[in-house]
Amino acid sequence: MSEEIEGTRPATDEATHKEQQEIDDNVISPEKAEEVKLKARYPHLGAKPGGSDLLRKRLQKGQKFFDSGDYNMAKAKVKNKQQLPAVTPAEKAEITGDHIPTPQDIPQRKPSIVASKLAG
Amino acid sequence: MAGAGGGGNDVQWCFSQVKGAIDDDVAEADIISTVEFNHSGELLATGDKGGRVVIFQQELESKNQPQCRGEYNVYSTFQSHEPEFDYLKSLEIEEKINKIRWLPQKNAAQFLLSTNDKTIKLWKISERDKRPEGYNLKEEDGRYRDPTTVTTLRVPVFHPMDLMVEASPRRVFANAHTYHINSISVNSDCETYLSADDLRINLWNLEITDRSFNIVDIKPANMEELTEVITAAEFHPNQCNTFVYSSSKGTIRLCDMRASALCDQHSKLFEEPEDPSNRSFFSEIISSISDVKFSHSGRYMMTRDYLTVKIWDLNMESRPVETYQVHEYLRSKLCSLYENDCIFDKFECCWNGNDSVVMTGSYNNFFRMFDRGYRQDVTLEASRESSKPRSVLKPRKVCTGGKRKKDEISVDSLDFNKKILHTAWHPQDNIIAVATTNNLYIFQDRLTSIQ
Repeated sequence: MSEEIEGTRPATDEATHKEQQEIDDNVISPEKAEEVKLKARYPHLGAKPGGSDLLRKRLQKGQKFFDSGDYNMAKAKVKNKQQLPAVTPAEKAEITGDHIPTPQDIPQRKPSIVASKLAG
Repeated sequence: MAGAGGGGNDVQWCFSQVKGAIDDDVAEADIISTVEFNHSGELLATGDKGGRVVIFQQELESKNQPQCRGEYNVYSTFQSHEPEFDYLKSLEIEEKINKIRWLPQKNAAQFLLSTNDKTIKLWKISERDKRPEGYNLKEEDGRYRDPTTVTTLRVPVFHPMDLMVEASPRRVFANAHTYHINSISVNSDCETYLSADDLRINLWNLEITDRSFNIVDIKPANMEELTEVITAAEFHPNQCNTFVYSSSKGTIRLCDMRASALCDQHSKLFEEPEDPSNRSFFSEIISSISDVKFSHSGRYMMTRDYLTVKIWDLNMESRPVETYQVHEYLRSKLCSLYENDCIFDKFECCWNGNDSVVMTGSYNNFFRMFDRGYRQDVTLEASRESSKPRSVLKPRKVCTGGKRKKDEISVDSLDFNKKILHTAWHPQDNIIAVATTNNLYIFQDRLTSIQ
């Protein structure tokens, strides 16, 4: 900041004033100090923080799936993990979604709904 | 100043009950996502990420223990929403219950609205304590009798049976929201309600499911120009034509439905002027309002943003009349709170029955109460350690710097995974429901004997 060359320069006054402003900022505003920290870690962070990127991410929350088949496979995988913790090594080796499943791989029955623990 | 902050300066909060599993391994479905008392306070509903609703009912006061108000026990539980798949967008529609709102009671049955991201449902909860017996054509177990064996006729009679509470979906209000529903609010006319998503607010009639009126639409023609979203909306408690909605930029708009069919033009705009020299990268994010609630009187409204709770007088748009710091010590932690996404946590807030005290949650399972009249505030904790029956809650203090006193906790020791986002206050009494991640705590004030 103090490298600007101006016509008339009350140089020392201006430099110290700006330094004072910076010190003031850090003393008065911990928020600005945090901002400096963040920009140091992520130099490419957008200039308009509250703007379109954040909002658009918010508007489209949720994991995107390729199609409904992919979604159902992922759901079956999660339910299997939750319902059958003691799984044989052979079954563990087969991960659905990574290969084309055969009818034997897909769980036959829709798992029953588990009651809320608040009601227990 | 033990127990300060709640309907008088000598309220002491005591542990009453805790619901939910003790183990630390929390299944995602068990995460509580909403808590709401009904209008009488007799019923307390919770919704969770698994799409389930659990309703607790307060037991009548027992004569043996006049000091204790009734306990809340499970009354009904049902699966409100199931996960769905949006085929057009290839996205999952979560079954998580975003909000529950009770309808005022009109007859023996209770009604509530529950909503996930896309669909609102009206549930009827009714009691059955009688059963007809003595049919002519059916046996008691339901099998049909051979009609040729019927020689006499009798009139079926109702006999008492064990109480059965049934929940049935009476209306399903679907396909009206492109974006994710964040709020529902029942109108004081008890005929209509609003539902709000990120960009639009719709008005429904409780009887009609195939039609809804759009009353606010802030979607820009070009999505690149999008600068703010709707974060919460609520109808005025007694003026059926008035509602408010808050935005991610920290503004609240009050709209009058008599002015026009589409309320894109607000009647009032509530916004606190910001000092531009204080502006930082985080300013807009932490100013985003996560909850807005009218006072019971309808004269004030309260907003919650990341660090503060603000009370606004509806007659004054220029600035709030009161501002309370919830956890100002987090201002110097914003960088890490941005990195771990905590800065986007949506805290709710609530009023007590006579609008004298407000409450909101924080981290480390702390929650805060602000007494508006006595200008006192207190920090309490919902934890298993302080959950002996009727034990008085000890006020907690966060040490912000320098020497840490005994019993204080330093900012760096706070557990940011233990967040209290949802709290509710009984409409009349000093009974509060505080939801941690997967447990529901109920606290009551210790009724002091009248001298």
